[in-house]
Amino acid sequence: MQVEVRVFATLRRYLPELGISEPKVVEVPQGTTLDQIREMLGLPAEEVKVIMVNHLQAAPEDRAADGDRITYIPAVAGG
Amino acid sequence: MARKILRIKMDDLSYKYEEVPSKWAKWGGRGLTSNIVAEEVDPTCHPLGPNNKLVIAPGWVSGTPAAPSSGRTSFGGKSPLTGGIKESNSGGTSSQKIAKLGLAAIILEGMPKDSKWYVLVITKDGVKFEEANDLLGKGMYEVDEILWKKYPNKPAIIGIGMVGEKKLSNAGISVNDPENKPGRYAGRGGLGAVMGARGVKAIVVDDTGGPGVEIANMDLFKTGRKKLTDAITSHDLTKPGGGLNSYGTNVLMNIINEAGGLPTRNFSAGYFEGASKISGEMIAETVEKRGGGMTGHGCHTGCIIKCSNIYPDEDGNDLVSPVEYETAMSLGSNCGIDDLDYIAKMTYQCDDLGLDTIEAGNTIAVYMDSGALEFGDKEGALSLFDEIRQMTPLGRILGQGVKATAEAFGVFRVPTIKGQSMPAYEPRAIKGIGVTYATTPMGADHTAGYTIAPEIAGVGGKVDPLSDEGKSELSLTFQAATAFIDSTGYCLFIAFPILDIPEGWAGMAESVAGVTGQSITGDDVISIGKEILKVERDFNTRAGFTAADDRPPEFMRYEKLPPHNEVWTVSDKALDEVFAWVNS
Ligand code: SF4
Repeated sequence: MQVEVRVFATLRRYLPELGISEPKVVEVPQGTTLDQIREMLGLPAEEVKVIMVNHLQAAPEDRAADGDRITYIPAVAGG
Repeated sequence: MARKILRIKMDDLSYKYEEVPSKWAKWGGRGLTSNIVAEEVDPTCHPLGPNNKLVIAPGWVSGTPAAPSSGRTSFGGKSPLTGGIKESNSGGTSSQKIAKLGLAAIILEGMPKDSKWYVLVITKDGVKFEEANDLLGKGMYEVDEILWKKYPNKPAIIGIGMVGEKKLSNAGISVNDPENKPGRYAGRGGLGAVMGARGVKAIVVDDTGGPGVEIANMDLFKTGRKKLTDAITSHDLTKPGGGLNSYGTNVLMNIINEAGGLPTRNFSAGYFEGASKISGEMIAETVEKRGGGMTGHGCHTGCIIKCSNIYPDEDGNDLVSPVEYETAMSLGSNCGIDDLDYIAKMTYQCDDLGLDTIEAGNTIAVYMDSGALEFGDKEGALSLFDEIRQMTPLGRILGQGVKATAEAFGVFRVPTIKGQSMPAYEPRAIKGIGVTYATTPMGADHTAGYTIAPEIAGVGGKVDPLSDEGKSELSLTFQAATAFIDSTGYCLFIAFPILDIPEGWAGMAESVAGVTGQSITGDDVISIGKEILKVERDFNTRAGFTAADDRPPEFMRYEKLPPHNEVWTVSDKALDEVFAWVNS
């Protein structure tokens, strides 16, 4: 199955080929977890603070589904 | 030398130094401004009349050696925008200089009998009242430049633009940054009009030869300062090269957009297709590409987080500082504008004219919603600032903010609470922040209780943003912690590392205890914050506020917000629970 992955802010340095908010489309087997996808893309676990799937908060152990929009987010806040 | 209160009376152009009465001795920053306003200002007074006051206070630790990111100033008074109590908090150069003059607060009261305008020059020797006629009608860029030429010790300049001179409700108070640019603002709530009503165009603060800040227990202060500094410099968000330092507050643009909570086209959607073009990442790229401006800029000397930036124009020349997330939302996504250059140009106009950027952008969005201008019309939006500069009838309406503009142009989608418009987080997609907007005594304000930390950023725990559950308690805890931090002089952004790192939290409290000699530990933070909130809520009650004022606007209850297609669902009962303890 295919999923779309986006990374923001300081995590972008691990996927420097992507433009801002540009998705990386990756092919993964059914049942792959969000944590496994993170690992595949070389994003360090300690730098990923939040994961979102289709605009909703998700957990590393959640399994991805075909066509998911997955976002890995480092420590952010502001105001 | 004990701290003093400097009372400046504009009716007879006199001033006096007063001992800080024992009832106020424990307070600094917001705790002090709110206590003074609550006691000295009649809650039913007209905010622009003779009975309102402007109270300015540095925080407890401002002006002490190397307390990290501690240059925040609290400005307090009755707000012309909300009709309630207001504390508006600004960075810039003022806090440390006021504190080093040995002042706990400056109280500005009365109105000049001769209707003249003044610049107040505050030094260790007292206050000089200088006529300001040559500065009238001038924007803050020019005012800062003229005053730095005239007063060579690089003083702090606290000033108002033309909008404050005309006493319009969206007038902010500018504070110069270390480069003498006017972009640091106590923006929210119209306190610039309160200053204008006192006949004061600018306040010059020169701390040369001042007595400095007394520290009761240096060892305790140093211990606390170290713990806090270590927390800030080790947390991924606030460390050098971390999220805030690299991308500024606008690091949030893409994230809040992903969460479906980015106010878009006058709060009609939570997702903006152009978000990446106006994001913090894009600012960083622009700075790099154009070879001018900077990221990682500090709004005052001694900030170690440095979330500010300087945005460069097409030729690489400095255009404006800072472009923040809130500004990129209000003048960007909320107006359907996806062009950072225009957002920066409009921010420049706001800083020069003396407008709060959040309210200014949201006002244009409401004006667009009326059909008077297309969403996304950046030229049209920019030209509205000429209307304000020329004080045309339209400009005056826009200068009054969102509520007045919506009324003038027949718009029912009015994203305000207590008359103040909402910042950059959609309450229908992030419920806890909606509870803060609704219930804080300040009117819709994200900084009053930043539940975004756990709801979106996973800082200080993790909470589902779309759920209603537990949001009253969450909001109250954040509101109380914020009231405390707003009293310290520390920037609110220290909250992020210390929510995750307990030693940092303890260190913050210890540094305050060290300076003031009070016995305060990390466990006291919430209860002290609640004392402040109680005073503020009580002021609003006496001003005539009721539970009906603690409600989000009606359209949010029936208009579904894409992409989640959620409406506002938190019950009125849950909102009333937040401050039920105040009257019990
Ligand atoms: S973190 Fe940002 S807003 Fe806070 S004091 Fe530093 S530069 Fe100013």
